Amino acid sequence: MKRTTPLLLAGMALLLGACSNEGAGTQARGPDPKLPAPERGLLPDMKIAEPAGWGNQKPTVPQGYTITAIATELKIPRQTLVLPNGDILVAEGRGGNAAKLKPKDVIAGYIKAKGTSKVESGNRLTLLRDADGDGRYEMKTVFAEKLNAPYGLAFANNKIYVANQDELVSFDYREGQTRAGGPPTSIAKLPSEINHHWTKSLAVSPDGRFLYVGIGSNSNITERGMEVELDRAMVWQIDAGTGAHKPYATGLRNPTALAMHPETGQLWAVVNERDELGPDLVPDYLTSVREGGFYGWPYSYWGQNVDTRVKPQKPEKVAAAIKPDYSLGSHVAALGVAFSRPEMGQNFANGAFVGEHGSWNRTPPVGYKVIFVPFANGRPAGQPIDFVTGFRDAEGKTRGRPVGVTVDPRGALIVADDLSNTVWRVVPNR
Amino acid sequence: MTTSVSATPAYRSPPGPLHAILLAGTVPLFLGGLLSDIAYYKSYQIQWNNFASWLIAGAELFAGLALLFALVNLIRAPRKSGRPMLYFVLLLLTWVLGLVNAFEHAKDAWATMPSALVLSVIVTVLACITAWVGLTTRQGGVQ
Repeated sequence: MKRTTPLLLAGMALLLGACSNEGAGTQARGPDPKLPAPERGLLPDMKIAEPAGWGNQKPTVPQGYTITAIATELKIPRQTLVLPNGDILVAEGRGGNAAKLKPKDVIAGYIKAKGTSKVESGNRLTLLRDADGDGRYEMKTVFAEKLNAPYGLAFANNKIYVANQDELVSFDYREGQTRAGGPPTSIAKLPSEINHHWTKSLAVSPDGRFLYVGIGSNSNITERGMEVELDRAMVWQIDAGTGAHKPYATGLRNPTALAMHPETGQLWAVVNERDELGPDLVPDYLTSVREGGFYGWPYSYWGQNVDTRVKPQKPEKVAAAIKPDYSLGSHVAALGVAFSRPEMGQNFANGAFVGEHGSWNRTPPVGYKVIFVPFANGRPAGQPIDFVTGFRDAEGKTRGRPVGVTVDPRGALIVADDLSNTVWRVVPNR
Repeated sequence: MTTSVSATPAYRSPPGPLHAILLAGTVPLFLGGLLSDIAYYKSYQIQWNNFASWLIAGAELFAGLALLFALVNLIRAPRKSGRPMLYFVLLLLTWVLGLVNAFEHAKDAWATMPSALVLSVIVTVLACITAWVGLTTRQGGVQ
């Protein structure tokens, strides 16, 4: 693993005073993480995934499970959706059009791009079909194209809902359809200026009446100014019939995936927290999303921990900030969440799978795996368990980066991998 | 009437035009960075912070190139101690502190404050002194 910092270019390595080298063991996970004091050296820690192909290798899954690649050579797969007939839709694309405002943006952007796929944005939905149920998805066809960085997917009311980076749209759907009948219908425009965090996550209420769209902030921590944070860092509730929207919960820095708890009907989200406060701040989290709740961004994190980088501050907002339910660890970059079902096997029947894309702002890196958070009575209960690993090897070569996770009701976990442009399927052995 | 007034040769070669432009250019660039820092400090308007970052990056580029000229002059100077060395060391110090300042400015939002403002004051003053020393040419006279 190469250590890449602009500092090295300048030959000023001695100034790297506060770079931490603590292992993943210092990561506080669970409902009540112990948070260290903020720290930041002269330069942020940057450790970038060094991409390498899978070759004959595969990710590692627990004993009693099998993983196979069901689609390869996609164009940046992000989120997936299992349709009622078992077909899988894959949203492919890359979004964002944030201007580089500081010399730092130019340098950091260049470095971060080294750890992502070079493939062109697909801007499409691909449909995968396993007609004979043998676990091989023999059909791979484009369901819809010319979308604008599609990400969140949901199915309800005989419609496929797609959250593009600028607009929530729907396609009418008949069972068995392999190609959209026409261009999509617009439901609501979504905030898309700058789109520093461009991914628009999506979930639908159990009755199909409301759609929930996660909208990320337009900066790490207001460094693009407060003006551009209007309608950002929040979850919108959108009426599926009229397109009318309201903020459902706010202060969620980057709610990258949403899911409805199957028993309680409660909305849950994984949220990516702010960077550049040290290797073990700020934990990304899994939380139930309370209507009207404020979760801290930008003024504070994990409840009332004030972020002094934000000026002017708002003490009344800090006081109102809700503590999230469950820490996933700092910088893991959770980008996918899906609730499990009994079909996934006894040990993984009740809980949430979380896809962790992996860190850039931490040495050594963390994430780069799919974990399982056990639940009991509709709440997280216990430490997370690794479910799919092996995306990074010991030498630091990175073969894949997990994004969206989806549970197939027939008993399979679908994992999108946007570095190797693969969709993986994990099934319990029978 | 053939008395020739022969001045003692200048004890060092003055900076050439390009060297002088680069050196003098650091002053308004660092000064612009400082003024932008003050504006951000007072207004919380992030654009000033962006301006300061770029102005300081520009100053570093100018100072870095001037440093190369200064190094060559120093190597070529018949007498290295005294002013040529003083100028070179001052410029090196300006450049190094300016680089620290540039990294300080790469932090997000208010994380730059107040250290970036303090550094900008120091570096701007240093740049003025360095340019003054570097551009002062003493021709003739008794050394």
